[in-house]
Amino acid sequence: MDKFTTLSSVAAPMPLVNIDTDMIIPKQFLKTIQRSGLGKNLFDEMRYDDDGNEIPEFVLNQPAYRKAQILVAGDNFGCGSSREHAPWALADFGIKAVISTSFADIFYNNCFKNGMLPIVLPQEQVDILMEDARKGENARIAIDLETQTVTSADGQEFGFELDPFKKHCLLNGLDDIGLTLEKVTAIDSFEVQAAQARPWV
Amino acid sequence: MPKTLYDKIWDAHVVHEDADGTCLLYIDRHLVHEVTSPQAFEGLRMTGRTVRAPDKTIAVPDHNVPTTPDREQGIENEESRIQVDALDRNAREFGVHYYPVNDIRQGIVHIVGPEQGWTLPGMTVVCGDSHTATHGAFGALAHGIGTSEVEHVLATQTLIQKKSKNMKVEITGSLAPGVTAKDITLSVIGVTGTAGGTGYVIEYCGQAIEELSMEGRMTVCNMAIEGGARAGLIAPDEKTFEYVKGRPHAPKGAQWDAALAWWKTLKSDPDAQWDKVVTLKGEDIAPVVTWGTSPEDVLPITAVVPDPASFSGGKVEAARRALDYMGLTPGQKLTDIEIDTVFIGSCTNGRIEDLRAAAAILKGQKIKPGLRAMVVPGSGLVRAQAEEEGLAQIFLDAGFEWRLAGCSMCLAMNPDQLSPGERCAATSNRNFEGRQGRGGRTHLMSPAMAAAAAITGRLTDIRDVMAQTA
Repeated sequence: MDKFTTLSSVAAPMPLVNIDTDMIIPKQFLKTIQRSGLGKNLFDEMRYDDDGNEIPEFVLNQPAYRKAQILVAGDNFGCGSSREHAPWALADFGIKAVISTSFADIFYNNCFKNGMLPIVLPQEQVDILMEDARKGENARIAIDLETQTVTSADGQEFGFELDPFKKHCLLNGLDDIGLTLEKVTAIDSFEVQAAQARPWV
Repeated sequence: MPKTLYDKIWDAHVVHEDADGTCLLYIDRHLVHEVTSPQAFEGLRMTGRTVRAPDKTIAVPDHNVPTTPDREQGIENEESRIQVDALDRNAREFGVHYYPVNDIRQGIVHIVGPEQGWTLPGMTVVCGDSHTATHGAFGALAHGIGTSEVEHVLATQTLIQKKSKNMKVEITGSLAPGVTAKDITLSVIGVTGTAGGTGYVIEYCGQAIEELSMEGRMTVCNMAIEGGARAGLIAPDEKTFEYVKGRPHAPKGAQWDAALAWWKTLKSDPDAQWDKVVTLKGEDIAPVVTWGTSPEDVLPITAVVPDPASFSGGKVEAARRALDYMGLTPGQKLTDIEIDTVFIGSCTNGRIEDLRAAAAILKGQKIKPGLRAMVVPGSGLVRAQAEEEGLAQIFLDAGFEWRLAGCSMCLAMNPDQLSPGERCAATSNRNFEGRQGRGGRTHLMSPAMAAAAAITGRLTDIRDVMAQTA
C-alpha cells in the first residue's frame, strides 16, 4: 500500500450532502474482478451524459479540478453500500484525501486500506475549505498526516482526530493482514478456548 | 459493570486488545458473494495465503444472477458471468461451503444464512455487503465490510476493530393494522437521518419489536445501515430459538442445550448504559413511503411532497436535487404519484412472510394494465414454499412475473433494471439516484404497500385497500 505523509493540492468542491456509493461508482462498474481501472467511471452518472460525453458543469470535468487530489464534500460522504470499489475509483482517479463533516462507517474504514485519508472537521472549518476549493487553481489545501493538520489556502491550520493505529498504517503503508498474522498464536489459542466454550459455532 | 447485548457479544470475541483500544475480533461466520470477493481471493493467491477457516465461510452468488427461468442456460452478460464463475472457482479451490446458482438453496446471502442455520445468536457475522446487518435479528453482531477486510477475514478469521458506541432504539406499544416492520425501520431512519447511527451499534427493543416475527426483525435490522449504524441487533427470545431449531447448521442434541443456555443470557442488563436513545411509539407509526433519493426522505403515505425550503443546511439543495430527479413537485399528494413498475423482493423484504403479506392484498385482484410487476423470492427455498402455499399462483393470476432468487432490481446489477424516468414501488432498501437503473425513480415501502400500488397504479395507503376488502 502507498504511504501517505503530506499532500498539497487543488481541492474539488462537492457540497452535496449524502453523496452515496452508487453515485461514486454506479453498480454497472462493480462487475470487475480487479481493483484498478475504475477512475474513468468515478461519479459516472454525474460526470457523463447518456452518450458518454463529459458534462462540462460537473466539477471533475472542469479544467481546474481534473487533477485534484482532494475532495471537500458535504455531510455523510460515502453512505450506502460496502463496495470498496468506491475508494478504488477515487484512488484510481487520483484522489488521496476527502474532507467532510462526516463519513459513512464502512466507506471510512475502506479508505485506509487504500492509502487514502478521510478527514473529519467541524462544519465551519469545512465551510472555509469549501470556499478554498471553489477558487480552483488559485487555492491549494495542504495536509500533514504526521501533525494531523489541514492548512487552508490563507494559512489557517485545522487539527483533525485520527485513530493512532490507522495513522500508523497509513504513514508507513502497512499491510493489515501481515500485522494480524504476527498475532497468529493469539488467534490459535482463542480458537481452542472458543471451541470449548461454544463448540456449536 | 452492567453490559449491553453488544458489549457481551463483543467481549466474547476479543482475541487481542492493544493499549489504544484497537481490538482483534474473532469472526464466527463469513458470508461471501461474487461482487466483493474476487479481489480478496486474488489477494490470497498473490501472497500465497489460504482461507483460515473454510468451515466458517459460506459462499453464494446473488447480486449478478439473472432471475429469469432461462438462467440455467448460463449468464448472458459476460462480466456478470466472469464474476459468478470466479466465485465458483474460488469457492471450490479454497474449499468453503458453497451454494451454486442452480442449487435450490441459492438465494440472497442474507436470506440463505439464517435459512440454513448458519446465523446463530451471539455470533459475529461479516460479509462484504452492507446489509449484513440483517443477521442482527438473531442477536448476532453482524456488519458489512470492504473487500480488503474480506481478504483479512479469509486469511485470519479476525477483523481489526474499534468498539462502537451503544444506541438503543425502542418501539413501545403495538403497531396499528397495516403497519409493518418496514414501516418501523423506515420511520426510525426518518427520525435519525442516514447519519444518525454513525459510530453506533443499535439495539432495537420494545414491545413492537418483540411482537415482530423473525422475518420482521430481519427487515428492521437489515436497514440499520441506512441509518448509518455499524450494526443493528435484537435480543434473542423464544421466537428466535424456535426459528433456529432444526435448521441444517443449527446445533443439535447436547450442543443445542448448551447453546440455548448461553443464548438465554444474551440480553442487555437492565441498568446498561446507552450513549444514545431513540424512542418511538408503535401506535404513532404510519405506513410510510420515501419521496426522495435518500432513505431518510420518509413520510407517512397520507403526507404531501415536501418543500425543499422547509429543510435546513445542505439538505435544502439535496432535497431540491432529489425532487428534480424524482420528477415531483412540492405539495403534491403522495397518493397521487403514479408508478409503472413494482418490485417485491430483496434482502429487506424477500422472505416468505413478505410474500404472504403481498399475496394477501393481491388475492383475486389484477395489477393495473400496463404495469410491470415482479416478485423475486429471496431464495430458492422461499420460492418453493411460496409455490406450495399457493402464493405464486396468486401473483401470477394478478399479473406479476414470478422470478428465481437473487438481488435483482434492488441494485440492478443483473438485467432487472428501470429505464430512465420509470417509477418503481419497491420493497428494497435504497432509493439512491440510479440505484435501480440510470434515471430510474424508486419509492421504498412495505410489501403490502407495494402490492396495493400494483393494483391502483399509484402510491396507495394500504389501510384504504384493507377497508375495501374488509
